Amino acid sequence: MSTATPTASDMPEYHVIETPHHDGADHHHETGTMLGFWIYLMSDCLIFGVLFAVYAVVGQNYAAGPSPADLFELDMILVSTFMLLFSSITYGFAVINMQQRKTAMFVLWMLVTLGFGLGFLGLEVKEFTHLWHLGATPSASAFLSAFFTLVGTHGLHVTFGAIWLVVLLIQVGLHGLTPENQRRVMCLSLFWHFLDLIWIGVFSFVYLTGVLL
Amino acid sequence: MATDLTHLPAVHTDVHPFFGKLTWQSIPIQEPVILVTFIGVAIIGAAVLYLLTKYKWWGYLWSEWFTSIDHKKIGIMYMVLGFIMFVRGFADALLMRSQQVLASMGFEGYLVPHHYDQIFTAHGVIMIFFAAMPFVTGFMNYVMPLQIGARDVAFPFLNNLSFWLTVSGAVLIMMSLFIGEFSTNGWLAYPPLSGLEYSPSVGMDYYLWALNIAGIGTTLSGINLVVTIVKMRCPGMTYMRMPIFTWTTLCTNILIVASFPVLAATLALITADRYIGTQFFNAELGGNPMMYVNLIWIWGHPEVYILILPIFGIFSEVVSTYSGKRLFGYTSMVYATCVIMVLSYLVWLHHFFTMGAGASVNSFFGITTMIISIPTGAKLFNWLFTMYKGRIRFELPMMWTIAFMLTFTIGGMTGVLLAVPPADYVLHNSLFLIAHFHNVIIGGVVFGVFAGVTHWFPKAFGFKLDPYWGKLSFWGWIIGFYLAFMPLYLLGLMGVTRRLSQFEDTIYAGYFITAAIGALFIAGGIAAFFIQLYVSIRDRDTDRLRDVTGDPWDGRTLEWSTSSPPAYYNFAFTPRVHGIDTYADMKRHGYQRPTDGFAPIHMPKYTASGVVIAGLLTVMGFGLIWHIWWMASGGFAAAILWAIGHTFNYNRDYYVPADEVRATELARGPRMEPAE
Repeated sequence: MSTATPTASDMPEYHVIETPHHDGADHHHETGTMLGFWIYLMSDCLIFGVLFAVYAVVGQNYAAGPSPADLFELDMILVSTFMLLFSSITYGFAVINMQQRKTAMFVLWMLVTLGFGLGFLGLEVKEFTHLWHLGATPSASAFLSAFFTLVGTHGLHVTFGAIWLVVLLIQVGLHGLTPENQRRVMCLSLFWHFLDLIWIGVFSFVYLTGVLL
Repeated sequence: MATDLTHLPAVHTDVHPFFGKLTWQSIPIQEPVILVTFIGVAIIGAAVLYLLTKYKWWGYLWSEWFTSIDHKKIGIMYMVLGFIMFVRGFADALLMRSQQVLASMGFEGYLVPHHYDQIFTAHGVIMIFFAAMPFVTGFMNYVMPLQIGARDVAFPFLNNLSFWLTVSGAVLIMMSLFIGEFSTNGWLAYPPLSGLEYSPSVGMDYYLWALNIAGIGTTLSGINLVVTIVKMRCPGMTYMRMPIFTWTTLCTNILIVASFPVLAATLALITADRYIGTQFFNAELGGNPMMYVNLIWIWGHPEVYILILPIFGIFSEVVSTYSGKRLFGYTSMVYATCVIMVLSYLVWLHHFFTMGAGASVNSFFGITTMIISIPTGAKLFNWLFTMYKGRIRFELPMMWTIAFMLTFTIGGMTGVLLAVPPADYVLHNSLFLIAHFHNVIIGGVVFGVFAGVTHWFPKAFGFKLDPYWGKLSFWGWIIGFYLAFMPLYLLGLMGVTRRLSQFEDTIYAGYFITAAIGALFIAGGIAAFFIQLYVSIRDRDTDRLRDVTGDPWDGRTLEWSTSSPPAYYNFAFTPRVHGIDTYADMKRHGYQRPTDGFAPIHMPKYTASGVVIAGLLTVMGFGLIWHIWWMASGGFAAAILWAIGHTFNYNRDYYVPADEVRATELARGPRMEPAE
């Protein structure tokens, strides 16, 4: 610790001289939103992590009930997997068009994305009803509990993403591709790709290994 | 392929289509204890409502507090929530102490086991989730943005929503007192006891939905504060120049973000078991109850560090301020905090050594647990060396800190004892364990909360707390704590297990009576604290308590550089930082607050959405608890629609004109004293 008494002349600057232009602050906040959304996604990833872990622990406890090989129809799952993967590509096209300020094309690709998302959800509902009719309900065994919860949680996320997509399209229709709306498009983009990634995990870990191993 | 599974029991419940499981019998007026409580609460509630209406405070509360997105007001509201729930939780503690006194003397007591079970469950849940968590979140909300020179948190609306979601959980728990009953399964609700078969009542459902809703709030708050620290530090404030409290806030919120999702998922699984008949924790159909115990403690152990780390931050600020010195070993303090943050994930299994994971696994977790005491010990030495050759002022926060250092060390040592698996086999589930964690939570968190309240109260309200009643409160707590919990160590060593409401033998009476006397001392300490608040508010304009400088304690960090209480925009000029303990540096250089050159300030607008969404989710929770499906789905749909509607509002911020900033600042005056 310095013992010499400092004088006014060597006083450092202790505050920012603010200018009337405040673009800097706004930009600051935007980066905060993206970081916040990333952190949210990681926390969501942890929820899926728990569900995967639970599936790993009890996923082979069939309780004298059906096993994956009895239930899963890989052909249909492959179709829905590709629907989700394609929806990520088309979302990417939408973002490129947004960056080029082509609003009409942006909306078009978003609608295609929505279509793929809804197709995926439709196939999932079909699969679930099919299993239900077989008597393979979530209460039949711990394996089925874990299966329905993991796949269903992913499905709920996709449903939420689809609702968000529709709301976002309305907001773009109202205000155009303003910076706020662009930020929202980027957040939904992260969310959508994240769900794709989770699905790849579900597809390999639940469906492929379940049937093939 | 088509295995017939239709013989399995279908999940259905026999409920009224409109009222669900709710009937007149749900209101427990036949229980005298509850009836008296209800009458008391009703009278106090009516009096509060009458006073609020008489003095026309509703509009003020609504427009200035409930809808506020100002981090300072939200922080204060968290503290108020914490103290209200703390009193409730402490009332539960007094009930338990008195019941155990009677039971240990050979009487039956006045609490039947079913009611006693609800009380210890409510005590644990309330003290952790709705007292301690709001306290630490309140401090982090209030202090951290001021310490980093920011004007608010990164997502101000989310902050308001997080608070109201926490309130929503607290409201549900309070409702369980008078409508239906609360969980009887202990604060972590292990299955199969907490499953539908053994806990068919709504008590467990109150527990689940209160924690589900409040947990979302905590996670959102964690994300918010991490982003605030990462993105909104003022120029010059590098990570290694952040005040220690901000560091502990950062580590705490990383822990929140990385552990509360596990709690959410775990509670969702047991909720599914109870509501849609999944078999996660039912061993008969392939489920695994031990999985629940693992999962809940993977959240639960980081949780105790979520509570204690910010408190370590408070003590660090207090020790440094009242010793008039820079904190000794700032860098080692930062690393110790980070090491504790990481290690807190590697110890969860020590909560159930006796579950049978085997010697190797137990050894691993026993050793990691003991390793945590190393960074914690480093912190203690840092505080001691900060005091060494300091000019210590024995103000109240410093007294709490010294009491903490002594008490917490004892609790830490009994913790290391419990970390030895063979010893744990003997001590597990005994009152020794109860004494240990009260030793660290009261000796750590509660003492820290009082230190922090006394330290930052003048910042928040512009006047100090009366030291006389503060000291009475302090001694009530210290004497009371040792009288209440040291006998529990002894009882635990003698083999008395936790959660007992009846005893065969009367040889323990002396210990339980001593513990109850301790609890009465603590009650006196709490009463003295509230008298202290009253006396301080009454005498707020005296020279003795009024703080006109903004810096009543000769503080060292940025929050003391602004006025007390700070203007809603915190700083008229964003500070610029050149080292740690910036404000001490500024005072050394004789820095004066500028009186001109004000610029417009960008601020967020208040919104009612947080209150509304949390209110609707409370309705949803109530519907789900009582199986009133129309209410549950209606509340959920309305909350979602409101949230979507909220996103259509693009007009969320405004600029405070430079003239208004100038007027506000000049009214407060450049009161900073130059260095002598």
